[in-house]
Amino acid sequence: MIEIKDLHKSYKMGSNSLHVLKGINFKVEEGELVAIMGSSGSGKSTLLNILGMLDGADSGEYTLDNVPIKNLSETKAAQYRNKFLGFIFQSFNLINYKSALENVALPLYYQKVPRKERQEKAMKYLDRVGLKPWAAHLPSELSGGQKQRVAIARAMAAEPKVLLADEPTGALDSKTSYEVMDLIQKINDDGNTILVVTHEEDIAHMCKRIVHLKDGVIVEDKKIEQVRAEQYV
Amino acid sequence: MWLFDRDLWIEIFHTLGKNMFRTFLTMLGVIFAMIILVLLLGSANGMSNGFNKIFAGTASNSLFVWGQSTSEPYKGFERGRRIRYKIEDAEILKRQIPEIEVLAPRIELASHREIVTVYRNGRTSGSAVYGDYPEIDNITKKKLVEGRFLNQTDIDHSKKVCVIGEETYKLLFEKGEKAIGQDIRINGVYFSVVGMYKPNNNINIDGENAVFIPFTTFQKAFNSGDRMGWMAIAVEPNTKVAVVEKQIKDILKAKYDIHPKDERAIGSFDMSEIFNNINAFTTVLQGFSFFVGIFTLLAGVIAISNILLITVKERTQEIGVRRALGATPKIVKRQILLEAIVLTAFAGLVGFAISVGILSIMNSMWGSGEDFPFVNPMISIPQFIISFLLMVGLSVLIGLLPANRAVKIRPIEALREE
Repeated sequence: MIEIKDLHKSYKMGSNSLHVLKGINFKVEEGELVAIMGSSGSGKSTLLNILGMLDGADSGEYTLDNVPIKNLSETKAAQYRNKFLGFIFQSFNLINYKSALENVALPLYYQKVPRKERQEKAMKYLDRVGLKPWAAHLPSELSGGQKQRVAIARAMAAEPKVLLADEPTGALDSKTSYEVMDLIQKINDDGNTILVVTHEEDIAHMCKRIVHLKDGVIVEDKKIEQVRAEQYV
Repeated sequence: MWLFDRDLWIEIFHTLGKNMFRTFLTMLGVIFAMIILVLLLGSANGMSNGFNKIFAGTASNSLFVWGQSTSEPYKGFERGRRIRYKIEDAEILKRQIPEIEVLAPRIELASHREIVTVYRNGRTSGSAVYGDYPEIDNITKKKLVEGRFLNQTDIDHSKKVCVIGEETYKLLFEKGEKAIGQDIRINGVYFSVVGMYKPNNNINIDGENAVFIPFTTFQKAFNSGDRMGWMAIAVEPNTKVAVVEKQIKDILKAKYDIHPKDERAIGSFDMSEIFNNINAFTTVLQGFSFFVGIFTLLAGVIAISNILLITVKERTQEIGVRRALGATPKIVKRQILLEAIVLTAFAGLVGFAISVGILSIMNSMWGSGEDFPFVNPMISIPQFIISFLLMVGLSVLIGLLPANRAVKIRPIEALREE
């Protein structure tokens, strides 16, 4: 599903150049649930940005579902993001003046899905995260956990190839975190490929594979026994 | 065609509608600008209409010709000779100059606007007394309050009738007394009053204290023979008054042995010149209003652009999310641009509605034009369309600024965790 070969990325900081990713090789199969771990400054967010086509790599190859991702124009990147990727952010990033349902329907709007179908589909995914009764509520009327579930529904609404979650539990208390991870695990059970960036050990162990990043290189990549979040909920 | 994409419009109105306060503040500048523009234009139109009302009843394409004294010796005549026209001149001029539509000869009992004493029941009035043809009414309309103006029958039968001005009435009659049918005496001859006119704020060449009697009656009663004092002439609408004026003068100069270069012998007054001057004045006024209004509008639209720039900054995160979810730069740009246009257009319409309301209030307060020239202040449909198109055009240009700013937002920066 995802294949990365010898990926390099550096940022210019004034006259200095900061080498963030120093040759990443990495492969994700369909249906995997991968945790990307690392302390801050390890390059994990940069990697996620490149995977999310929000940023370009300096060198190296990136293939997503057999499509080479290279030198994309802004327009092309937007279209690929819409088609291939679903984003889940630490701070939810819901549009605050749109209802839960409208937020979920937004990626479908950019896919030019007709209005009625869009509403139905959005409602379906909102139901799947258990928030159907909250469809008409604004984000400000939802709890943190509920907001993240809306965001997950939004990420899934466009039926992407890969879900990218950037510290999805970073802004939540542990109980709510487990609820969100439970949801992510269930989505993964249905066969969706998911990448989770986190620095929390317990969250990482709820995935099926952990990739450790340190100073811009992968130091450890191991399959693990998945801890089900269900038992903590 | 994306312009008819229902979803796009729903998205735009949704965004604007969900941010009412911001939307309202943004619109304020253009609302005020539109109010100022429409009020200025409307007032200029009101003044223009007011002037038109003043001149209503006076044929714009007309001139007046009278005799003065020569200033050049010619063909054995000394300078200073008084030119007196004969009634036959009217026929000669009409025959020789086909552009003349109406020619109304007039004779006065004294020289122009000088007065004679008019008597009735021991009361007196110093009034101007004119012998006129009914055609004069086609050139300087009289606003009759009672009765009628002179007519052809009066001329044919040299009836001893007269039309008097309201001032004359006040001097000769008791308050509330009926004037029609009463007799007044001028130079020992009795005339029966058939009509009374009132001053109407218009150009008033004859004054308000005047008595009009049929030209033929005048000839017999005051023994004026074939003399004629004055001519009021209306020329065809498409003919320049100055051209006809010159023809008339040439004919009269030849007939009365006046030196061709003598400018003083024949007095004349070209009415159309005044009209042209006033038209030029109101045109300049309207142009100026438009000029000021457009710049006010520009300022208003720039204010919208400014606030949209601020909102774009405020909406960085939102735009970043939209981009991450698959909004292409084109979609983002279109959305911001359309928001600007919709805001401007809507604000313009609101401003227009408000200012039309204000104009109609102004109209009901001063619109009668009694006190100063201000009648029916309103902007015309072409003026409205031009200003509206200009406004929307400006908003497109100015909306590009925040739209481009929005496009420059990179999702990665917008979504960067604080």
